[in-house]
Parts: sequence; C-alpha cells; structure tokens
Amino acid sequence: MSQSHVAEIIREAFPDAILQEESFRDETTLLLRREDLVAVGRLLRDDPRLAFSMLKDCCGADYLTLGRRPRFAIVYQLYSLSHNRSLRLMVGVDEGETAPSVTGVWPNANWYEREVYDMFGIPFADHPDLRRILMPDDFAGHPLRKDFPLGNEPVDHGLPPRS
Amino acid sequence: MSSTQTSPVAIGQAETMILNMGPQHPSTHGVLRLILELDGERIVGVRPDIGYLHSGIEKTGENRTYRQVLPYTDRMDYASANTNNLGYVLAVEKLLGIEVPLRAQYIRVIMAELSRVASHLLAIGTAVMDLSGLIGVVLMYCFWEREKVLNLFEGVAGSRMTPSYFRIGGLVADLPEGWVEEARAFVQQFPRQLDDIEAIVTRNPIFLERTVGICRLSAEDAIAYGITGPTLRASGVRYDVRKAMPYSGYDRFDFEVPVGQNGDVYDRYVVRMAELRQSTRIIEQALNDLPDGPINAEERKIVLPPKDELDTSMEALIHHFKLVTEGFHPPVGQVFMSVESSKGELGYYLVSDGGPRPYRFRVRTPSFAAVQVLPLIIKGSMLADVVAAIGSLDLVMGEVDR
Repeated sequence: MSQSHVAEIIREAFPDAILQEESFRDETTLLLRREDLVAVGRLLRDDPRLAFSMLKDCCGADYLTLGRRPRFAIVYQLYSLSHNRSLRLMVGVDEGETAPSVTGVWPNANWYEREVYDMFGIPFADHPDLRRILMPDDFAGHPLRKDFPLGNEPVDHGLPPRS
Repeated sequence: MSSTQTSPVAIGQAETMILNMGPQHPSTHGVLRLILELDGERIVGVRPDIGYLHSGIEKTGENRTYRQVLPYTDRMDYASANTNNLGYVLAVEKLLGIEVPLRAQYIRVIMAELSRVASHLLAIGTAVMDLSGLIGVVLMYCFWEREKVLNLFEGVAGSRMTPSYFRIGGLVADLPEGWVEEARAFVQQFPRQLDDIEAIVTRNPIFLERTVGICRLSAEDAIAYGITGPTLRASGVRYDVRKAMPYSGYDRFDFEVPVGQNGDVYDRYVVRMAELRQSTRIIEQALNDLPDGPINAEERKIVLPPKDELDTSMEALIHHFKLVTEGFHPPVGQVFMSVESSKGELGYYLVSDGGPRPYRFRVRTPSFAAVQVLPLIIKGSMLADVVAAIGSLDLVMGEVDR
C-alpha cells in the first residue's frame, strides 16, 4: 500500500480534513484542519490498514520570519510498527489560538505538548497537565519563537545597582 | 499496605511522605530530579522534573549554518556522540539529496557501533554498580573496555568524548595508518571480556534478586509511550531502525536484533549485553570488507575542497571561502531522519527555507521518551527499585533537556 492510500482512507471518513498533501524525499506530510486532528489521529491509530500506533515526535514550528499564516505549526511524526511506514501530520495554529491535545490518542503527547507550550507558548485544550517542562516556571517568554532574542539581553540578578 | 495499592493518592496528601531525589544524586546519572511520594517504602506517586541541563541546542542550531551545527550534536548524548553526529549528517544529506561513498558509509558504521559499545558499557557498568556494592567491580571491567574504544576515537578524531568526526558529505579525514589493525585487535579480544563481565553479573543471585520482575514495562505501553531501543526490545518488540529503515549501508551487514520477553530491568540488561556482541559482529564485518576509495562525496558546493588544492586552484579557494563564510543552500523542504542510537531512535527533523541555516532544527531523543515513562514503571515498586529503573533506562540528561 502506498502513501497516497493513507490520504484516501482519511478522505473516506473525513472528506475535508486534509488541507494539503506534500511529498518530499519520500516523506509524506499531511496538513490537517485543526478541528479534525484528534478524530483523524484516532482513525490513523485504530484502523488496521493504517495502524500508526507510535507517536515518535511532536514539535512546534514558528513561521514568523517566513510571513506564513497561520504563524505556528505543530508537527507530528507518526510511525506504524506493523506496516513499517512513517507519516507526518501538521496543523496550523495562529497567535492566541488553542491547539487540540492528542494525549487521548497517543499518551506520550503529554510531554511533547508541554514542550511546545513551553517553547512556543501555544496552549492546548483538554491537556491533563499543561505546565512548562524545560524552562523554569517563572520564566518569561517562549525561547523557540523566532522573535525571542538570542542573547545580549540585560539580566536581572536581583542585586542593587552599582554606585 | 493494601490501601496504598488501590487509592490513587494525590501528591501532598497527609498520610504519605514526599521525598525529593536529585537533581544532584549519584544514581540519577546526571541532573534528573524525581519528586517521589512514599507510603513507607512503597512509591505511590512520581513526578519527574527535567530541564536542569537545558542548553537551547535547538535554538542555537537554528542560528548556525548547517556545518556549524554538527559539534552541538555531540553534546546531547555525550556517551554516544558518533551516533548523534551520524543522525545529523544523514538528515542534512537527505535534505540535500546526496549520498556518500561506500568507504565513508562503512567507516561511519564502524564508528557508530563503537559508540554503541562505549555507551552500553557505561550503561551496564553504572547500572550494576548502583545495584550492588560487591559486583560493582564490574564498572572497572566496563570502563577498561570503554577506555580502549575511546582511545580508538582519539586516534581518528583527536577527541575522546566529542569526536565530530563525520562531515556533511563524508568524513573529516580518512582513518590513520594502523587504525584498522588496532580496531581489529580490540574486536577480537572484546567477546572474551564480555564473557568475564557476564560471569560476574548475569547469574549473580544478588543481581537477579534486584532486577528480575522489577519495574516491568509491557509492549503495549512501550509503544504507546514512544519507547524505542533496548528498552522497547526488552519488552519483546523487535524494532530496530537499522533493520526497519536501513541507513548508511546497514543492510549490507549480517546481525541479529536481540529481544527480551518480560520487559523488566533484567531483560534490559540482557538485551544490552546481547547487543554488544552484535555490534562486535558488525564492526568485524565492516573492518574486513572495508572498501577503498574516496571518503567524501564529489559535491564541491557542499564538501570542503582538499587542503592542497587551495594553493593551486582558484575555484577550490572560492568554494572554500563560500562554504566557510556563507554555507550551502539546501532546497526548500522538510525531512525527518532517524538512526538507532545506543538509547533508541534518535530523529532529526529539519525544515529548510532555502537559506544556509536550518529554519527549524528539532531533535527527537530516546531519553526524553524514557523519562516520561519512568512514573509508569516505578509506581507501586519499592524506593530502592527507583535506582534500578533509572539505570535500566540508560538516561542521559544531555539529550533529555537538550
């Protein structure tokens, strides 16, 4: 079964879910409508023809400097152990919008979504434990945003100013 | 006791005790912090706290040229740096659509497998030392062998822990004279040393007592939590990136993928031990069949020209200048490239906007997934088993926090 069949099976159940289909270096990327993500994820996991049982990775991306809308994307790397096949899903999220959580489909999305929240400031709906994961709880800003400075920023060490 | 096993006690409830373990604790193998909730000695709640070693490698990578990112990858899984390098160079090569010559592929396989040997020896040695004082001497046996591997790395790269020996499009230099013989000598004596280690550990009653049936992870849970590598295989799932999606010529070598049955601490040890022998087999085959030929792809827009050409060829000088100051421009696109590192599947996700720097540089590390599953496997076991569980997952905090 080829990669294009995956998209066809999704279209059978959700005719409008796939916004864009892209293939580069034998890797398929499906851009999904945000509201369909969880339902499509469940289909991808449970349909024996697909059986994408493993979420290998989930990360964010900020397209600010490319000027793309929506500004953010969340990227899911799926893998099917029984078919030895990989698939990449993407959903777009704009500033101030909330992304759906897929922790109900793949439980390990929990920490990956926390990392996306920590690094990009994208909130997730229905996430069981949405806290920062790598940065301290009182950290200001989201480091992997393209407008987050690289360095040379004044740091408050809590010391009185030098006279 | 019975009440603790049935009631899901929330952290901070009065009848239980909170114990903070780490981040500075010798058996957490780095800066992992666990907030444990105890009822007597039984663990009823676990909350891992990570991020103490966060160094912003992804952010840094997005602001360096593709060539400059390479040395940062060594610093994630510092116990197995070559596989980290390999994953990165393969991801960029996939993005560029180039292939490296066979000799470079073989040398990469040799170095990656030596890295696996060094990393597994470290994992086994420290895990056994954490579990038992008496057979902790195994650490010395493991480090003695690991030392020989690190000497081999020093021979090719000048550096023991962070070699950065691979380059996009090939290798930084060919193997030095006499290195193949040295490596062969190591491989020939290594199985005997493994026998010694096994004689001390594998059937040792204290070790068995502390590991058999402890902190089990079912195959279903392992898959659902994205666990890969020896930990997944110890749970009985025969998945190895080297077999499922062969890269760098792994399909040319004859080796087996050992699996366990029970998914407990003991099986993880057994699988690592068996993998050491398989790695030895791969290295031996690669050394015997090592082809002659160039070590770099004929891609002058990507690979630095040979040093001696810089004095005679204007073109080479221009290429060198452009590559060093500006870098190369891969096509627009995105790739995800996985390799089997010593800890599991290590994946690099690169997004290119056509510029000389990765627009998005993302690393999927096996240890991150392993820390997430830690609460699942240690809940309900005894406090002393936490140490066994951490050792058996072979966590390297450098790649958890990145």
